[in-house]
Amino acid sequence: MTQLALVIDLNVCVGCHACVTSCKEWNTSGPAGSMCDDNPYGKDPTGTFFNRVQTYEVGEFPLTETVHFPKSCLHCEDPPCVPVCPTGASYKRESDGIVLVDYDKCIGCRYCSWACPYGAREIDEHQKVMKKCTLCVDRIYDEELPEEERKPACVLACPTSARLFGDVHDSESEISVAIREEGGYQLMPEWGTKPSNHYLPRRKIRKHIHKDELERADNPLNKEQRKPHGPIDAPTLDDSTSW
Amino acid sequence: MNPAFSVIFLTTLIGVGQGLFLALFTGQSYSAVKLLPAATSVEFYSIGGLIALLFLVGGLIASFFHLGHPERAWRAAAMWRTSWLSREVLALPAVMGLLFIYALMHYMEWDIVLFTSEAGAELSVSLIVGILGMLATFALFLCTGMIYACIKFLQEWHTPLTVINYTLLGTASGFVLATAFATYTAPGLLKFFGIWSIIITLTALITRVASLLRNRNIKYKSSAQTAIGVRHTKVKQIAMGMMGGSVNTRDFNHHMSALFFKSIKWVFLVLVFVVPSILIWAGIEEANRTLLFSAFIVQYIGLIAERWFFFAQANHPQNIYYQTV
Ligand code: SF4
Ligand code: SF4
Repeated sequence: MTQLALVIDLNVCVGCHACVTSCKEWNTSGPAGSMCDDNPYGKDPTGTFFNRVQTYEVGEFPLTETVHFPKSCLHCEDPPCVPVCPTGASYKRESDGIVLVDYDKCIGCRYCSWACPYGAREIDEHQKVMKKCTLCVDRIYDEELPEEERKPACVLACPTSARLFGDVHDSESEISVAIREEGGYQLMPEWGTKPSNHYLPRRKIRKHIHKDELERADNPLNKEQRKPHGPIDAPTLDDSTSW
Repeated sequence: MNPAFSVIFLTTLIGVGQGLFLALFTGQSYSAVKLLPAATSVEFYSIGGLIALLFLVGGLIASFFHLGHPERAWRAAAMWRTSWLSREVLALPAVMGLLFIYALMHYMEWDIVLFTSEAGAELSVSLIVGILGMLATFALFLCTGMIYACIKFLQEWHTPLTVINYTLLGTASGFVLATAFATYTAPGLLKFFGIWSIIITLTALITRVASLLRNRNIKYKSSAQTAIGVRHTKVKQIAMGMMGGSVNTRDFNHHMSALFFKSIKWVFLVLVFVVPSILIWAGIEEANRTLLFSAFIVQYIGLIAERWFFFAQANHPQNIYYQTV
């Protein structure tokens, strides 16, 4: 079984919103029609996006840390949004685990958006159908594109490579290795939705230097100079022992 | 959540329709076993059935205003295996159909007594249709309540009390209407329906207050920490990723002041339970039609407030992601 997913590395995300704009650009130009965008340059801009980058402050001044946090549909393995849909417009693909909405069947009842704890579904207020991240399903299988471009638009756009894409069910895939070895985790595990997308935490590189490492143990007189040498032909301790 | 008036009217109107039908059917079954004077007027059942049907139709019309694509509404019957909304979409026409047959049988006086017991209790075809209608009505209450109760992370709703309250409140409003309506067509049943109305209204008071108390002490399972997965006692959003808002900021909040929100609770407690009970008591004592109809109208207005509060009170975990512009 395949379960395609994204892994988002919070350690390197700089909050530049490149994934947001490239996502909107790709998906608003796709065969499903545009995604609404009202007053883009006016006072209250609003519209449908599949992906948002949010910013959080962790800690209290002056000990704070800024975390940029991209959020889109997590393509849950047990998606609560799917069984509630009365029309079957919301479904999870058997073949690759992508959760999709069939825009021709959706009646715009919004029930699925109530049933997503992550707020990942946004109704298109012009087309009146539910929209959400498709993992660029119209890109990743497109054989017209060169192999290395068959990835979601956000993954290609990210300048810091904070977004990885692959199959979480394949233990040796790049993203499975990253989740396993870099401490990947899921959002709101308390609801049992088993999100496929994972996040990698902030990782600090710390070097611990102990006091005795600051002082040369073999220099008891603390003299910074060349090691005193006996006569060149005299036997040394180094010849008979090893430390 | 942001209360949608289409859904408020849908749930309150079908509640009245279902309750009124249950009242008619209760009347008929009591007279079938001779606990009530037999054969109350034909109009009571037929016109009463018609009124109940009109309330259901009204609810159905209101529901269409909630849909983005009402012309595709028929598709909503597809997923009854998994979706309570889909089940409701099937149960509603089932109730309407049975109610129509029930009212028509009474109007045309088509009825056959299948069986009479020694004590004189009668089993007739219309009673069987009524039993089916009653089962469908309870199924509809169950579906309506479960639409809300089945979403586990809307913790205010995720309790059997949601289904119980939908059932009792709908039934109460229908019985109150039946009492008022009985002044025209079945004055002999006035006390019977009046007392049942008060009993059901007061029972609903107990269960509704129980859910208010339960929700007062709710412990939310999600927090900013679980939402972004950072272990620190202080996690604060400083940007939600947009400036003008989106459906996420509009659909999941009631956008009213805390004072307004709190006062609606007291408004509905008074209008749904206290005032109607007093009006019905006075109304059946004097057989006063105005008092009884006012009881119904006051209670219905109260139910609109109750439903508004029900939606507004539910706190969706997605709001954690939408705290600050
Ligand atoms: S993130 Fe939300 S919309 Fe996406 S699959 Fe999970 S529950 Fe459904
Ligand atoms: S809004 Fe569309 S996709 Fe969502 S539950 Fe309703 S019909 Fe299904």
